Amino acid sequence: MAQIELDGIDRIFQLGDSQVHALRDVALHIEAGEYVAVMGPSGSGKSTLLNLLGLLDRPNAGHYRLEGRDVTTLSADEQAAVRSARIGFVFQSFHLVPRLTAAENVALPLMLAGIPAHERASRVARALRDFGLEGRAHHRPDELSGGQRQRVAIARATIMRPALLLADEPTGNLDRATGQEVTALLEDLNAAGMTLIVVTHDPTMGERARRRVLMEDGAIREDLRRSPEPA
Amino acid sequence: MSPADTLRFASRAALGYPLRSALMVLAMSIGVAAVVMLTALGDGARRYVVEEFSALGANLLIVLPGRTETGGVNPGSFVSSTPRDLTNDDAAALLRLPLVLRVAPLTVGNSEISVGGRLREVMVVGTSADYLDIRGFGVASGQFLPREDFGRASAVAVIGETIRAELFGNQNAIGRMIRLGDHRLRVIGTMGPAGRGLGMNSDELVLVPVATAQAMFNTGALFRIMVETRGREALAPAQRQLEDLLKARRDGEFDFTVITQDAVLGTFDRILGALTLGVAGIAAISLAVAGILVMNVMLVAVTQRTGEIGLLKALGASGRAIRLAFLTEAGLLSLAGALAGFALGHAGAWAIRLAFPALPAWPPDWAVAAAVGTALGTGLLFGVMPARRAAALDPVQALMKR
Ligand SMILES: Nc1ncnc2c1ncn2[C@@H]1O[C@H](COP(=O)(O)OP(=O)(O)OP(=O)(O)O)[C@@H](O)[C@H]1O
Ligand SMILES: [Mg+2]
Repeated sequence: MAQIELDGIDRIFQLGDSQVHALRDVALHIEAGEYVAVMGPSGSGKSTLLNLLGLLDRPNAGHYRLEGRDVTTLSADEQAAVRSARIGFVFQSFHLVPRLTAAENVALPLMLAGIPAHERASRVARALRDFGLEGRAHHRPDELSGGQRQRVAIARATIMRPALLLADEPTGNLDRATGQEVTALLEDLNAAGMTLIVVTHDPTMGERARRRVLMEDGAIREDLRRSPEPA
Repeated sequence: MSPADTLRFASRAALGYPLRSALMVLAMSIGVAAVVMLTALGDGARRYVVEEFSALGANLLIVLPGRTETGGVNPGSFVSSTPRDLTNDDAAALLRLPLVLRVAPLTVGNSEISVGGRLREVMVVGTSADYLDIRGFGVASGQFLPREDFGRASAVAVIGETIRAELFGNQNAIGRMIRLGDHRLRVIGTMGPAGRGLGMNSDELVLVPVATAQAMFNTGALFRIMVETRGREALAPAQRQLEDLLKARRDGEFDFTVITQDAVLGTFDRILGALTLGVAGIAAISLAVAGILVMNVMLVAVTQRTGEIGLLKALGASGRAIRLAFLTEAGLLSLAGALAGFALGHAGAWAIRLAFPALPAWPPDWAVAAAVGTALGTGLLFGVMPARRAAALDPVQALMKR
């Protein structure tokens, strides 16, 4: 049983009279611990696919089994609970809450999950240390650099120790060097066992992934696996 | 999300947008302050009138010339427009009724008083010996008006404390002669300080026998007759006897009015109570307006923070958690507004009391409770819709919006 099993997924957006097939008949199986880069031209359905994987969106047809459980039929709040426990998101535009400090942003998922404050503090402190942000705990997002912001966002996405980390163009707003730093961070998390699915336009980043899914016009055109590197 | 975290998150959010929050608190506090202040004013007026009339004494009937509308009392009751005068003979006849204990005929006017070179304007009350007990006044020195026939115009006067101090200072006033208009009168007594009621303060009065005052003002008519009955139970039968007697004395015509303290008090209590309620109602409308403002401000907040809501959902927040967070924010802002308004209203009532010391302008407890309660209620009620809208947002759409 694969960690992620998509079968016959359709996602159709209704725009007035016309319909946009953002995803057509997508089937995709991803094992736990895989590192997948989703690539393809703009408008090919990459973000739509990632949103479905993250339970932020529902397909019009098809089945999505996450860890063996059909999650397409869950209620909104049940899906929220799955997101809280199993899925972490990293966005291109960071999505930090501007009025909260770095530490408070990182603590958000813990707070939403109802974890008591004293336990939160130690976990947040450790996460900030892990991502090289100790000195920035009490800075607000507008006092941080782009790379620091994305590191805060990654710390936040992983603070609940999710099984699945979804990143939609995580380096899209960063310069090359900072982008590579962030990519390395994500790869470290993958190396530690987290399934990593990254949407990217950056070919070099795509090259690094062990598996590349190429999308075109809502369908998977190619699904390339790099043979395991010689040890 | 624990309640403490929801509270902390909501208060941080409220503080994160100071202008918006301040606006909402201001609107709410103005509404609450308006209710608190206006009810303080209304209830103060009510209490003022009640206290004034209470000073009259309980077993009192007041006869005034002219017929006012059935039973009730209106401001006209205190302005005489006379079809047939009340006279000293009427007053004397009333005193002979078995249920009547005391009778004080009343004639009132303004005159000039002079002693030596000093001169001032005073209010002259022509009355009789019983007036002292009916009004519950006390004599400081000397004696009150003599008990004598209402028709006798003795040349004596009893003066109030302020008049005495102004005209005689430290000297003894008893036995001294004063000039009141064209009349020379002997001072036989001075009033104790601060007997008051019905807007008449005994400090500033000169009391003379009723016939003396009538001669002075060149009238045979009375302004009022005050009648005290033998006990409270006697009030109603005495009123009937009194009405029968007076009717008989004026060829069966009912062209006079008898009012009781209870009726006056009851009427004023009702009128001013209704006024207070009405004023409170009008002020409450401002609270409803504040409620609508709360709703709009919260809707703007939801729009402003759409991205944040999408993020919270992506991080695993349930619809309930988001609803509660926004509702708590609306509740907190309303509470702040209610408290600020409460303080503001009390400050306003205090200012009214400073400006009008006679007016006991304290907001009634019910009004304060109602104002604060309504503020919280409207805040939460009008906060529900925006909170639901926030919770219902589609996470993908919300995240896309920056
Ligand atoms: N909410 C929506 N309503 C209507 N059409 C949508 C919506 N979201 C996506 N689409 C359409 O679905 C298609 C796929 O969009 P998607 O965002 O998945 O593309 P993408 O591969 O992520 O592109 P990019 O690389 O530019 O981010 C596009 O044609 C887009 O216009
Ligand atoms: Mg995209």
